[in-house]
Amino acid sequence: MGFQPIKFYQTGTFTVGNRLLPPEQRSVQSGMERANALNSGHRACQGCGEALGARYAIDAAMNASGNKLIAVNATGCLEVFSTPYPETSWQIPWIHSLFGNAPAVATGVAAANRVRARKAGLPDSEVRVIAQGGDGSTTDIGLGCLSGMFERNDDVLYICYDNQAYMNTGVQRSSATPPAARTATTMPVGPEPGNTFGQGKNVPMIAMAHGIPYVATATVADLRDLEYKVTKAMSMRGARYIHIFVPCPLGWGSASNDTIKIARLAKETGLFPVFEAEYGEVVNVSKIRQRQPVEDYLRLQRRFAHLFGKKARLDVIERFQQMAEQNIRNFGLLADEKVTVGFRSSEHRK
Amino acid sequence: MLKQCEGSHAIAEAVALSRPEVVCAYPISPQTHIVEGVGELVKSGALKDCEFINVESEFAAMSVAIGSSAAGARTYTATASQGLLFMVEAIYNASGLGLPIVMTVANRALGAPINIWNDHSDSMSQRDCGWIQLFAETNQEAADLHIQAFKLGEELSLPVMVCMDGFILTHAYERVDIPEQEKVDAFLPPYSPRQVLDPTNPVSIGAMVGPEAFSEVRYLAHAKQMQAIELIPKISREFQDIFGRESGGLIRPYMLDDAETVVIALGSVLGTIKDTIDEMRADGISIGVLGITSFRPFPITAVRRALSHARRIVVLEKSFAVGIGGIVATDVRMALDGLDQRIYTVVAGLGGRNITRSSLHRVFRMAMHDQLEPLHFLDLEWSIINRELDRERATRRSGPIAENILRDVANAAKIG
Repeated sequence: MGFQPIKFYQTGTFTVGNRLLPPEQRSVQSGMERANALNSGHRACQGCGEALGARYAIDAAMNASGNKLIAVNATGCLEVFSTPYPETSWQIPWIHSLFGNAPAVATGVAAANRVRARKAGLPDSEVRVIAQGGDGSTTDIGLGCLSGMFERNDDVLYICYDNQAYMNTGVQRSSATPPAARTATTMPVGPEPGNTFGQGKNVPMIAMAHGIPYVATATVADLRDLEYKVTKAMSMRGARYIHIFVPCPLGWGSASNDTIKIARLAKETGLFPVFEAEYGEVVNVSKIRQRQPVEDYLRLQRRFAHLFGKKARLDVIERFQQMAEQNIRNFGLLADEKVTVGFRSSEHRK
Repeated sequence: MLKQCEGSHAIAEAVALSRPEVVCAYPISPQTHIVEGVGELVKSGALKDCEFINVESEFAAMSVAIGSSAAGARTYTATASQGLLFMVEAIYNASGLGLPIVMTVANRALGAPINIWNDHSDSMSQRDCGWIQLFAETNQEAADLHIQAFKLGEELSLPVMVCMDGFILTHAYERVDIPEQEKVDAFLPPYSPRQVLDPTNPVSIGAMVGPEAFSEVRYLAHAKQMQAIELIPKISREFQDIFGRESGGLIRPYMLDDAETVVIALGSVLGTIKDTIDEMRADGISIGVLGITSFRPFPITAVRRALSHARRIVVLEKSFAVGIGGIVATDVRMALDGLDQRIYTVVAGLGGRNITRSSLHRVFRMAMHDQLEPLHFLDLEWSIINRELDRERATRRSGPIAENILRDVANAAKIG
């Protein structure tokens, strides 16, 4: 599926309606035949970005695979809220094994599918495999297995729902937690409150360094972009990675009805660059539409509350602004800029 | 077909004859030759319709195995020692999910201090993990047990560890009768799981279970192992019917009927013990040996029946529970509850130390005269131990034991 930009001149908002589009251009979520892979009745919090992201992503993957999809889930919020005994919200074959092994389990599922296809005389399996987890299982405890799956170029799409901390265990810092953020293990006390500057991992870039066929970032604020990227990923074989920014009202101290707004601000400030890469090279970036100051993003979240008020830390807010500026420069996030990050194309994977 | 080959090679062939569909491999001595062998059979095309996956760790090996088994593929891997420990979280997960993965454990000591040679500390550390654990006495039995393990695991929906002594078996060249493919196919039907990850019939596997049903789930894991006690001898008999030789089963008695003293052991050391017992029998001594093939499930009834006439029992173990003593001996005591028998534990062969016939003669005779301490460590070098104990008495924090001993030995060499 090619990407067709759609402009809505009549609204002035970012709402992407479907009424005005021909049916083939409508989003998967708006379709009558959507899979509802993660069905209603689960126990996610109100405004949960991860539940939204998973629903968007898996329904799109179901659509792209002709409903022939198996999901492997790491331990975490998504696993716990979707399968409390004796219930399950999953309408697709789904397996949870451990916190740190979802990519490896997915490799095993894909291998079994491939053998079955070969025995049936098919060139490759029609049944596709997705592995998914939060930032804890992706950037920390499962990174070894993730890197192994990437390196072998196993036929798995891994999706990370990044809400920037260990939410399931009670909001502890992960290697995806931004600096200065309050978590249960980086409390807003002392001379430098919150999480430490100068730490953290950029897993999309780490994924790109493996030279795998496809790496993309997305946010839950842009349904069409997310669906497009999942669909594109599913059209390819080999190891693929999508990193989705998913606000967590509970962990971030934000209003449930601000989830989409915060996700949009993460992109529009430049703090979360939204892009696509193939074989290590950035091939497409979502340009910032209306540039916003980082302060607007930070202010909506209680985890950054200690940066504002009587003892406001303008210096810390300025460091965030500099981080955004760097992303804007590196990824060319403004209209006429060019990408300057990436890796030389990995020919051997093609 | 009779073949003079390395133990690991025999295992690779037996595994390939079982037609695995996914094999994941991570190198660790002394298991490496097995997966190398399977890998070559896949690469050459001799083993068809099998995915051989070189993974990045033992944790990943077991995790890949979990995925492929849950998706309906017959799955095999092998490990040892530190590798077994590195995959522990996934090992418990595999049995909890009821996935019939077969894994060779080429038994090796656990560090620190790092040691690559044989004892049973690795698989004994996993005695409570819910896997079936079978111990092979010879390479022939190890090869046969792998073929039986797939059948056993798949009938019960439980994973099976086939434990064989690292180096002593894995690297020993001896004669092995490699079965014919047609016979293996007749014995072992293709794997058809009752539940599998399949888009046409979606199920959720591995969901959370709270206090309301967790005990029931755990009890059922135990109940399955109790079923294995019935199934293991049955499968062993079926194997004998097709292949014409005795392999597997729960226990293996030798010279037991009238034996006043009975030795219990697992694995390849049974060979040395049998030789020793033959010599003692020639001297008119009433002694026999009971080999335990199935350590998990532990065949309490069969062991009790086999030992009912014995006056004393010597459990010879290649591992021990630090702070108390014998691991197998504890289970044997359970089997002999209420009977009036002396039970001795002899810890032997740790980290690859040779267990010699002369040492066995000495320790068995001490037991016969009831002169053995309840927990005995075979052939300890007391000068090394006493020097370190003295040092610790002098300085409470005296540093790492292994390094202290090495320094002692080096100094002694210099002075000498």
